[in-house]
Amino acid sequence: MTDYRFIGKSTPRKDARDIVTGKIKFINDVTIPNMLYGKVLRSPFPHALIKNIDTAEAMRIPGVEAVLTHKDVPEWMGGASPLHVRILDNKVRYVGDGVALVAAETEDICEEALRLIRVEYEPLPAVYDVEEALQPEAPRLYDMFPGNLMPPENRIFGPHTLQEVVIGDVDKGLEEADFIIEGYCTYENIPNPMPPEPPGVIAAWEGSDTLTVWSASQGPHMFKVALQKRMGSINLQSIGSPVGASYGSKFMSWQYVLPAAALAKATGRPVKFCYGKAEHLAAFTVRLGSRIYGKVGMKKDGTVTFVSGDWLVNTGAFSETAQAMVAVGCGEAQLMLRCRNWNLKPKVVCTNRTASGQIRGFGGQELKCALTPIITMGMEKAGLDPVDFFKKNYVKPGEDFYWRDGIRWVCRGIDFSAAIDRGAETFGWKEKWKGWLIPTSVKGAKRRGVGVGVHGNADVGEDVSEAFVRLDPNGTATIYSGLAEHGTGQRSSICKMVAEILQLPLERVSVTPTDSRVNPFELGPVGSRGTYAIGSAVIAAAEDAKRQLFERMAQKFNVLPEELETKDGTVYVKGRTETKIPWIKGMGYDSTCMGHGRFEPDFSQPNFMMIFTEVEVDTGTGKVELIRVVGATDVGQVIDPLSLTNQLNGCLGSAGIDSALFEETVFDTRLGRIMNPNMIDYKWRTFSELPEMEHVILETPFPSHRFHAIGVGEITPSPGPSAVLMAVSNAIGVRMNDYPLTPDKVLRALKKIATTKRRGKR
Amino acid sequence: MTSIPKKHPPHTLSLTVNGETHSFILGKGPNEVSPSHTLAQTLREKLGLTGTKISCDRGACGSCTVLLNGKAVFSCMLLTVECEGKEITTIEGLSDPKTGNLDPLQQSFIDHTAFQCGFCTPGIIMSTKALLNTNPSPTVDEVKEALSGNFCRCISHYHVLDAVMDVVKKEGNQ
Repeated sequence: MTDYRFIGKSTPRKDARDIVTGKIKFINDVTIPNMLYGKVLRSPFPHALIKNIDTAEAMRIPGVEAVLTHKDVPEWMGGASPLHVRILDNKVRYVGDGVALVAAETEDICEEALRLIRVEYEPLPAVYDVEEALQPEAPRLYDMFPGNLMPPENRIFGPHTLQEVVIGDVDKGLEEADFIIEGYCTYENIPNPMPPEPPGVIAAWEGSDTLTVWSASQGPHMFKVALQKRMGSINLQSIGSPVGASYGSKFMSWQYVLPAAALAKATGRPVKFCYGKAEHLAAFTVRLGSRIYGKVGMKKDGTVTFVSGDWLVNTGAFSETAQAMVAVGCGEAQLMLRCRNWNLKPKVVCTNRTASGQIRGFGGQELKCALTPIITMGMEKAGLDPVDFFKKNYVKPGEDFYWRDGIRWVCRGIDFSAAIDRGAETFGWKEKWKGWLIPTSVKGAKRRGVGVGVHGNADVGEDVSEAFVRLDPNGTATIYSGLAEHGTGQRSSICKMVAEILQLPLERVSVTPTDSRVNPFELGPVGSRGTYAIGSAVIAAAEDAKRQLFERMAQKFNVLPEELETKDGTVYVKGRTETKIPWIKGMGYDSTCMGHGRFEPDFSQPNFMMIFTEVEVDTGTGKVELIRVVGATDVGQVIDPLSLTNQLNGCLGSAGIDSALFEETVFDTRLGRIMNPNMIDYKWRTFSELPEMEHVILETPFPSHRFHAIGVGEITPSPGPSAVLMAVSNAIGVRMNDYPLTPDKVLRALKKIATTKRRGKR
Repeated sequence: MTSIPKKHPPHTLSLTVNGETHSFILGKGPNEVSPSHTLAQTLREKLGLTGTKISCDRGACGSCTVLLNGKAVFSCMLLTVECEGKEITTIEGLSDPKTGNLDPLQQSFIDHTAFQCGFCTPGIIMSTKALLNTNPSPTVDEVKEALSGNFCRCISHYHVLDAVMDVVKKEGNQ
């Protein structure tokens, strides 16, 4: 293994000092002169027509600068493809949907004005259940979507965008199977990723054609592209701020940016628009609801002969990315399960609850959490150890799959069997696994059980990244990248890559602010693509800049450029370190070397995450305690050890593992309201409830880029929830498929309290 | 005969934050501190001390933690008017004002990358500081208990515990 100067070594984050001293400016820490504040009046009804709105009284309050309703907002459109959601409409579709917008001198004045807007509603019947929404007589949310069914997407990932998995011949798979399992499972507790920082933006217009947006977007540059699609051809500058975490949810969110832009336009002044926590939890985005009626064929040796079923995806009132998430989920199912015969048909359905967004796990977690428990019923029938099953069936080099673009890709990554073996060994799987529905140990009322889950995606190489690297004569390098810092340390990691290539001290490498006027195209750090996709563009730009530097320096040494090497801002002939010339001697004070880099999508190198869990169930109280978690992965090459372990530890949070234990958005179907939009009633894990956590991180080189690394951060929570179901089922000897496994459900499964009817129609 | 209303002198409020005393006029105007303002609001909006974060604004997440006479408090749950005459320390006041030297806790958080997005970090550091003020050599369980009111969603807890215990060890307390 190569011993690098920076790569693989722990180095302080570039932004560390600003973070620990409170100097770092998140979006709500920024004010600009003459700025107004914006707020939304939200609907108390899940589905209603707005018959009348009277804003006169609100307008009379001193300090109120604008009140906008559906009658006077610009015709900018949001929602999924096709665009179908107005900023404000004459119809509301969930409790919390926007009814009016206010801009005023302070947030307090905004609140006062909201109270004085008189709205007359005509309530309509509402629908929340995904199958009820599909019925012909169901209330319809959008005229353009009969049966509340979103049309399959055929643009976002190209003309063949994957919208189902139909491969081979399921009848053949039926014949070949030793066991056929039919099952039903839901992952519909719609957990909230709940980043601490609520969504926020500042919008300001110059004239009528140029808009500047400061936001906590996870992908500020892609956000510009998306907003231009929604707003028409205006000049738009998107400036990112540090992201007070996102977990996907703040990647591109038109639903608070377009209102801010509308208010800024109406008032001619900058408008800040930051959600409060209740809005964040009740009127922003939650996970997609996922329900599967599945059928799986399996042989005694763990070969999967077919997978078929209906995947019902509940978007709530809308989802910007549900069809894209379906595409990625369909791809990820194939990575997990080697199988020749598929007939998995998704339906994407709108209902009258708050919208769904993109969240770490992006479709794959939602799919797997419902599909894996059905697959495990097959393993149970065949008497297979789940670790052996996953090891046998996870995609291996040379095997193929259809990815989100509908194109057949052949894996040219690595075999993860070694990571699986090491993970199992570290966890002590062989000792703890006693068979299906058998506890690992029983001590009085306490029963322990173990479970395992797997996830991986091929998005580590998704989409395009571009970067420039500029060398200045004083021996510094600047990376031009639209990469936002959302907690993974990726902005620091690309500095390490460039410092390694140019052999510069880390403090001499910096990154430009995420300003779309300055930087080239960057999709953003999503889908674990930071290391491979973004890294590749930055590496190429640094190599290009270095090549230019050597061309200019070669004449000083009378050698060919290839014979040169650079270190700490000086250049020398390879092997002859006694004569070193500073960059400025070759470049002069009046020039720079600007290298360009571009990464083209490559879906051939999936990543991998396996999560082992051990739980202890108190059969007296029904409480489940997560005792121990072991993660196993192979990342090719660690870039920054501490940033990596941070991301791996992240498996617990952001609507991950704990969505199997206690995290849920509690939805009241009588009123259509979310009952727990606050951080007391929405449960989250505290410092005093941490399980033991350990990770196995292998470094088998990938054919990715110069450092042979790939990313893994996005997927770390996704294998967890189904692993917890398995562990609890084993602990109590009763199969449990009902997320989250709250004490009442456990006691019901143990027949200690009366059972209630489950959701679902069939 | 109507009486001429007596003109009261304006109510004022003085706050001592990070060793400096600030005087405010109580009122609803843009340059005044409203009696309904929370300490978090005043710190952020009037004094520009935005290192104190507001997340839940309901005393559930600990992002707004500051020290009040050395003890950790949720600044979103205190009215500014309640803090008259108290010593308030925010994250900005933790490093040495003259030398700029960081508190050992801050340095340890840097060394352990004990944060991801960093939004909850000031609150976590202030809660830890309050613990070490009263208990300079806590056990790891005592640290966990002291931080159990601080929300972190990225799950940087493990690195935080390493960072804190490293300070405890280095300071020769354990």
